[in-house]
Amino acid sequence: MRKLLRSRVLQMVFVFTIALATIGAGSTDEKFSSIGHKMMCVCSCGQILLECNHVGCPDSDRMIKELRAQVATGGSDTSIFNWFTAKYGPTVLAAPIRGGFDNAAWITPVVVFILALGGTAWLVRRWKGRHMIAVAGAPSIPYSPENDAVRERIRRETEY
Amino acid sequence: MSHPMPTFGTFALLLALCLAAYTFLAGSFALFAMAKGMQLRISAERLSETARRAGVASFAAVLCAAFALVWAAFTNDFSVEYIREHTNIALNPMYKFSALWSGQEGSLLLWSFLLSGYGFVLRLRHKTDVRLFAYASTILAAPQIFFLALLNFAAEPFSLTKGPIPADGNGLNPLLQYVEMVIHPPMLYLGYVGFTVPFAFALGALMMRYPGEKWIRITRRWTLVTWLFLTVGISLGMHWAYAVLGWGGYWGWDPVENASFLPWLTATAFLHSVMMQEKRGMMKKWNVWLIFLTFMLTILGTDLTRSGLVSSVHAFAQSSIGNWFTTFLCIIFAVCLFVFFRQSSHLTSEHKLESVVSRESSFLFNNLVLLVACFTVLFGTLFPVLSEYVQGSKVTMGPPFFNKVAVPIGLFLLALTGIGPLLAWRATSLRSIRRNFILPCVAVLGTAIILMATGMHPWSASKDDLEGQLYALVCFSIGAGVIVAIAAEFLRGANVVRTQTGKSLPIAAWTLMMRNNRRYGGYIVHFGIVILFIGLAGGAFNQQHEMEMGFGDSLTIGNYKLVCQSYTEDSNANYDTDFALMDVYRGGKKIGQMTPERRFYTASQTTSTIVAIHSTVLRDLYVIFEGRNNDTNRPIIKVFLNPLVSWIWAGVAIVFVGTVLALLPGLRAQLSNKPAPAEPRELVAAGGD
Repeated sequence: MRKLLRSRVLQMVFVFTIALATIGAGSTDEKFSSIGHKMMCVCSCGQILLECNHVGCPDSDRMIKELRAQVATGGSDTSIFNWFTAKYGPTVLAAPIRGGFDNAAWITPVVVFILALGGTAWLVRRWKGRHMIAVAGAPSIPYSPENDAVRERIRRETEY
Repeated sequence: MSHPMPTFGTFALLLALCLAAYTFLAGSFALFAMAKGMQLRISAERLSETARRAGVASFAAVLCAAFALVWAAFTNDFSVEYIREHTNIALNPMYKFSALWSGQEGSLLLWSFLLSGYGFVLRLRHKTDVRLFAYASTILAAPQIFFLALLNFAAEPFSLTKGPIPADGNGLNPLLQYVEMVIHPPMLYLGYVGFTVPFAFALGALMMRYPGEKWIRITRRWTLVTWLFLTVGISLGMHWAYAVLGWGGYWGWDPVENASFLPWLTATAFLHSVMMQEKRGMMKKWNVWLIFLTFMLTILGTDLTRSGLVSSVHAFAQSSIGNWFTTFLCIIFAVCLFVFFRQSSHLTSEHKLESVVSRESSFLFNNLVLLVACFTVLFGTLFPVLSEYVQGSKVTMGPPFFNKVAVPIGLFLLALTGIGPLLAWRATSLRSIRRNFILPCVAVLGTAIILMATGMHPWSASKDDLEGQLYALVCFSIGAGVIVAIAAEFLRGANVVRTQTGKSLPIAAWTLMMRNNRRYGGYIVHFGIVILFIGLAGGAFNQQHEMEMGFGDSLTIGNYKLVCQSYTEDSNANYDTDFALMDVYRGGKKIGQMTPERRFYTASQTTSTIVAIHSTVLRDLYVIFEGRNNDTNRPIIKVFLNPLVSWIWAGVAIVFVGTVLALLPGLRAQLSNKPAPAEPRELVAAGGD
């Protein structure tokens, strides 16, 4: 009984692993479209490879054929990108994805955002802290019609 | 025989340079003498007045130069090299006019012309505040000198054709032979160049330690006008790219596009944070630097795209004038830094932040997000140069990078668009937060649930589409929340006016809007931005299909079906054309015909696409005649189904209306002369106070 159970569990793990491995592995067309939209045409048009629509473009037709051939070999995305990078140089990739210094392109905006967010939060707290000290040290203002007039002026001044 | 116009134009440019130089030198000397109380043979005030008049005259001189170039284009004067390169005899007169800005030299002349035009208006309005305007006029003369020096010595628009004069010119770039191209560049340049004026006022006010915040009000109006021009210019460029380039999109993150977007971001930040200075006397140093930065970004953007430092698809983008711009930029930065440190004691805040949950805080975060967006776009634009320096090889920073990095920032900004106006100045109470935020939060959650229930399942999309569709879901949901927040603000105020005046709700809403056109104009702008974002999010669901189509062949995309009826060829003096006639069916019913076209321009020997677009509220059917298969000679048709694109253009139109409303002068003052009920207390609690 235990042996049967263990066999069933192993079978389930196997099926689950296969299912996991094939999740996201779309058809060849999907892969072609996905990779083709992550590369640039090298004809200096500045367009994504599969969006380059120049009549008589000297490069896009050839590159698209090469891409089809590479996808048909069943290689991984990385190996296809490497093949194109080796042939056309790193500018063929529509975004820096080679690792190393390329990572700086992705990390820097996030780091700057976090630093700026932290800096702003710190600034807000500091300003607020100063204001609280100033308010605590200030004498209390008695009620008077003049104060109402001042409040009304402040209301007008701070209107959007 | 050559026409006398090139000589006239050259002389006019030289005269304009002399006049601008006089404006700067005499103006600077007069202001210095006034500041030091020096006694001159001619009074400093009179010297300053002569400088102002020379500035006014410089506009007339540049106008003459621009006229000379346009005249040369219309009279086919191919003795002028620029005219030979950018026009031809058969060119439509409308496009002959636009030849003025189709090349490097012409576009610099347009820049100079618009700068002189802005200077002309500024100098004519000097009585508003003679001293401040004298400073602004003198500072404005400095960039005038720079651009006129460029036109006289580095990029001469009237240089003569070498060798025999040809019978016809090379013609205008076919991509520029489109109606929007007659409007887009002047609009964009009006925006770009216009930022010189707020810069001149800010620097001038700082130099003279201008008392009070009046200069801020003057600067804000100029900035708003300029911002509007830039917004319209960028949008027209997007529409041109969409309708002409034929790749199915409207924004490709090209360096030239990015260059126009950078000052837009900082100017938007300024328009928000300047309210803190105007109302609360805060953020003075920050605002001055935002204006400085905006102006410097216009110069940096031009430098990047014209120096060849970063590659761009724009035709006039490569030249040797980059060094001029770099030097000018360094001088501006040094001057700004010097004046700022000398006068920074004048920029002390009058108030401190009272609460973290306040309008002031929301402006701070809004500025943070806008500046991070600006940094990200600038960093992405410059990264190829950085990569070449560090790794020895350039990389491409295309749409996949910018979309991944900029979209989350954009969504954060969209959320702030809704949150900011709901917070009160100084401090917002918990009760107020509860009251103002409940409805928008319900709208956000409700929209997300409804969209998911009606079939929007990002998790079931392919790996590449998942991210885009998830962002789209978030964008639609936040957008709904912001719209509800804006509508609630309008309705709350309008209800109070209705109760007080007995008017109907629409009239009460109109009265409310007119009573504070600046505030409600701002709300309308926010509404337009939401609509624009919804349109952009629609891009996550784009579909495309391409096939060779013979007579009678059909292609299906979404619920549209296209049937090819015929192919026709035609020609005129300017171009030969090859177009397809296609019947369009939706749900089995014929809804019209589309004619995608390819043109071959004889003068320039280049081909251009004329896209056929069937636009509805929900989606655009976008058809391109890609050419013919070399082997079979069968035409290749590419079709896109782009959802919600018309929302982008509608959003821009709403932003335009809102900005114009916010700009209208004195509506509140005019209305306040009439007996009117007191400002509704509810409004004050919601966001006005």
